[in-house]
Amino acid sequence: MEPRPRSFYVLTAFFVLFILFLYGPTITIGILSFQGEGGGLTFPMRGVSLYWFFDLFEQQAVGDIWGSFRRSLVLGLMVMVTTVVVSVMGGLAFRKKFPGSSILFYLIITSLVIPSILISLGVGLLFSQSGLDVHWSTSGFGSQLTWTLPFGLLIMFAVFNRFDKSYEEAARDLGATPWQTIRHVVLPIIAPSLIGVALFGFTLSYDEFARTLLTAGSYNTLPLEIYGMTTNVTSPVLYALGTLTTLFSLLIIGVFLALALLANRRRARAGSDAGKGV
Amino acid sequence: MQKLRENNALMGWLMVSPLASVLLVFLVAPIIMIVIVSFWRATEFSIIPAFVWENYEFLFGSPVTYTVFLNTFKYALITWIFTVLIGFTVAYYLAFHVRSLTWQIALFLLCTIPFWTSNIIRMISWIPFLGRNGIANSALISWGVIDEPVEWLLFSDFAVILAFVHLYTLFMVVPIFNTMMRIDKSLIEAARDAGANGVQILWNIIIPLTKPGIMIGTIFVVTLVMGDFITVRFMSGSQSANVGRLISNDIALLQYPSASATAIILLITVLMVIGILLRFVNIRKEL
Repeated sequence: MEPRPRSFYVLTAFFVLFILFLYGPTITIGILSFQGEGGGLTFPMRGVSLYWFFDLFEQQAVGDIWGSFRRSLVLGLMVMVTTVVVSVMGGLAFRKKFPGSSILFYLIITSLVIPSILISLGVGLLFSQSGLDVHWSTSGFGSQLTWTLPFGLLIMFAVFNRFDKSYEEAARDLGATPWQTIRHVVLPIIAPSLIGVALFGFTLSYDEFARTLLTAGSYNTLPLEIYGMTTNVTSPVLYALGTLTTLFSLLIIGVFLALALLANRRRARAGSDAGKGV
Repeated sequence: MQKLRENNALMGWLMVSPLASVLLVFLVAPIIMIVIVSFWRATEFSIIPAFVWENYEFLFGSPVTYTVFLNTFKYALITWIFTVLIGFTVAYYLAFHVRSLTWQIALFLLCTIPFWTSNIIRMISWIPFLGRNGIANSALISWGVIDEPVEWLLFSDFAVILAFVHLYTLFMVVPIFNTMMRIDKSLIEAARDAGANGVQILWNIIIPLTKPGIMIGTIFVVTLVMGDFITVRFMSGSQSANVGRLISNDIALLQYPSASATAIILLITVLMVIGILLRFVNIRKEL
C-alpha cells in the first residue's frame, strides 16, 4: 500500500470534528439527564441521580407521555408496513413505462419537497371541512405516508436500477409464472433493501412532527408531546425524555441493521455457487 | 402485441393504485383544498366560503411578507453553503481516503444514524451548549476570550443556522457519497498517470462527476430549510421569522384563509426553485 498523503490526516481530523458536532449535543443531554435533584438545564452537575427518569415515570402532570409513546409506536408500525408494501409495488410497476408514470413520478417528487406545513394545513382543512374526525390513525397516518413513501420509492428506484434482469429471465426460462418469479426470485434478492425501507418508514414516522401537527387530533404522538413540553417544562426531565427516546431510536436502528446484516449473510450463503464446482 | 401493451398498462396501474390513491387523498386534494380556502373569508372564530382576493392582496401589500421571504432565502442560502462544504468534504474523505469497504460502510452509518433520531430532541440538545451559562460561554470565559457571557449564542440567527447545518448536513453527505462511490477509480489513476496533482484531480474529475449528488443534496437542503417553521421558532426564541412561521402563526390564530394564501405562495416559490435545480440533474438515473 502506498503511504497516506498529508491530506489524509487533515481530513481525518475534519471528520472526527464532524462526528463530534453530530453527536456531541446528544451525548451532552444524555449526561445532563442524570443531573441531581437540584440541578438545572446546564452544567455544572449538582450530583448524579436518576431523579429525572423517575420523575418521568411517576408524575403525569407533564402530559400523557406513555400514551403518546404507545400511539407513536403503533403509528410507526402502521406506516412502516404500508410504506414497504406500497413502495415495493410502486417500484415494480415503475420498471416499465405505463401511461401516466411520469406524472406520478413528479407527484412523488412534489410529495418529497412540499413544505410539511402545507400537508398539515391541507389535510387538516380537508378533514374538518368534510366533517371527518381528525385522528392520528387516519389523517395523521396519511400525512406521514406523504413523507415516508417518497423515501421508500427512491430507495426502490435505486435498488431496481442495480437489479440484474438476467435472474428473472432465467426464472422465466425455467417456466416460472410472473408471480413465482417475484415471490421466489425478485423478493429474496431485494429483501435486505426492504429492511432499509422499513427502517425509514418506522423512524421517519416515529420522529415526524410537522406533518402531524394539525392532523393528529386530540391525542398527541410523542414528538408532539415533546414539542409541547419544550414550551412549558424547564427542568432536566426534558433531557431524560430525550435520552430515553433517543435510546429507543438507537435500539430500533440497531435491530434493523442487524437484520440487514443477517439477510445479507443468508443471501451470500444461498447465492450462486459459480466457481465452486471443481 | 397490442393486447400485451394494454395488459402491461393495466398491470402497472394496478400496482401503483395504492401509491396513487395515497398521493391523491393526502397530497393533491389537500393542495386543492388550500387553494380553495385561500380565497375564503375569515372571522375571528370561523372561515366562510367566498371568492375574494383579499388574502393575497393583504399578503402582497404587506412589507412584512417581503422581509420574511427574503429572510427565508437568506437561511436557505447560508445553510446551503455550509452543508455543501461540510457534506462534500465528509463524503470525499469517506469515498477516497477510507480504503476498506467495511470501514466505509461503518463510518457512513455513523454519519447517517442521527438522521433516524428525533429532530426536536437534537434541537433541544443545543441548550446546554449555547445557553447563557452553557458550555460555549463557560469555555470562552475560562480561555479569556470574553469577559461577559455572550447573549447571541442561543435564540439568534446564529443558532438557527447552526441547527439547520446540524440537522441537514446528512442530506448532503448521503447523495454526494453515493455518486462518488460510482466514480470509476481508473479515471483517477489515469489522471494521476497523466501528471495531474491532487487539486487538479479534485477540480477537474471528482467535482464535475459529483455534480448530480450535489444537486440532489441541494434539493433536500433547500426545500427542508424553506419549508421549516419549527427550527426557526425554537432556535431563535421566536425572534426571527421565516415563511413557515408566518403560516403557523396564522394557523394558531385560526386565520386559515390567510395561512392558505401564504402557503400557496410558498409552495409556488419552492416548486420554482426545484424546477430550476431539476434542470441540472435526472434524479431517477442518478439513484
